[in-house]
Amino acid sequence: MPTTRRRFLSLAGGVTAAGTIPIVVLRPLNATPTMLNAAIRNFVGEAPIRTGKIKLDIPPLVENGNTVPMTVSVASPMTADDYVRSIHVFNEKNPQPNIGNFYLGPSSGRAQISTRIRLADSQKVVAIARLSDDTFWQAAAEIVVTLAACTEEVN
Amino acid sequence: MAALINVPTKAKRGEIIEIRALTSHIMETGFRRTAAGELVPRDIITSFTCRYNGNEIFRADLFPAIAANPYLSFFTVAKESGKFEFEWIGDNGYSSTASASITVE
Repeated sequence: MPTTRRRFLSLAGGVTAAGTIPIVVLRPLNATPTMLNAAIRNFVGEAPIRTGKIKLDIPPLVENGNTVPMTVSVASPMTADDYVRSIHVFNEKNPQPNIGNFYLGPSSGRAQISTRIRLADSQKVVAIARLSDDTFWQAAAEIVVTLAACTEEVN
Repeated sequence: MAALINVPTKAKRGEIIEIRALTSHIMETGFRRTAAGELVPRDIITSFTCRYNGNEIFRADLFPAIAANPYLSFFTVAKESGKFEFEWIGDNGYSSTASASITVE
């Protein structure tokens, strides 16, 4: 049977549908880089994000994604007119793009926070600091995770 | 629930001190399933606040990506003797508090 225009189009439609389905199914499971960008833009708005000033300390290779130590520090004098308002940490591939928001002030003395986080996969973690002059500064780190968090079943 | 607070008992006026707070909590993400395939409902601490003599000096919004038994470390300037109060608030009406005293010379 010769390939008619109708047959070709129905085939092409089928292939396209099959190709898009896995993406649609995967989306709710993991925060895609698009979600990471959306989460960051949602918080920063249209303001430019500069690199520098902020430092993200996280081990580059972790065995257990269930508890990963993380320290974020910002170079700031922490005076009444020049201080860090908040630090926000985002991830690329966990089911949700947010990790934590930390609110500081001039009375903090030093702009540094530490906590332990979960990473569901090897991925990028981004920390953004908002200073008192409403500028945004970011730092990113790539982490390789051997044993992922969140994947195990509950007994 | 048990909380572990680490604050220096004594400090010089104006000194920058580190405060560390750990509390026991499962931090169930809400993304895990049982062997039967049922989703385990989310049960996390969503907010942590630290007050120094009544003034808020540090606050954090926590998400499921914070590890179980959330640990937080942050800094503050020792201004006066008094009390640090810590508060954790979470899903299902979870709330717990802790406090620590400091002498500033």
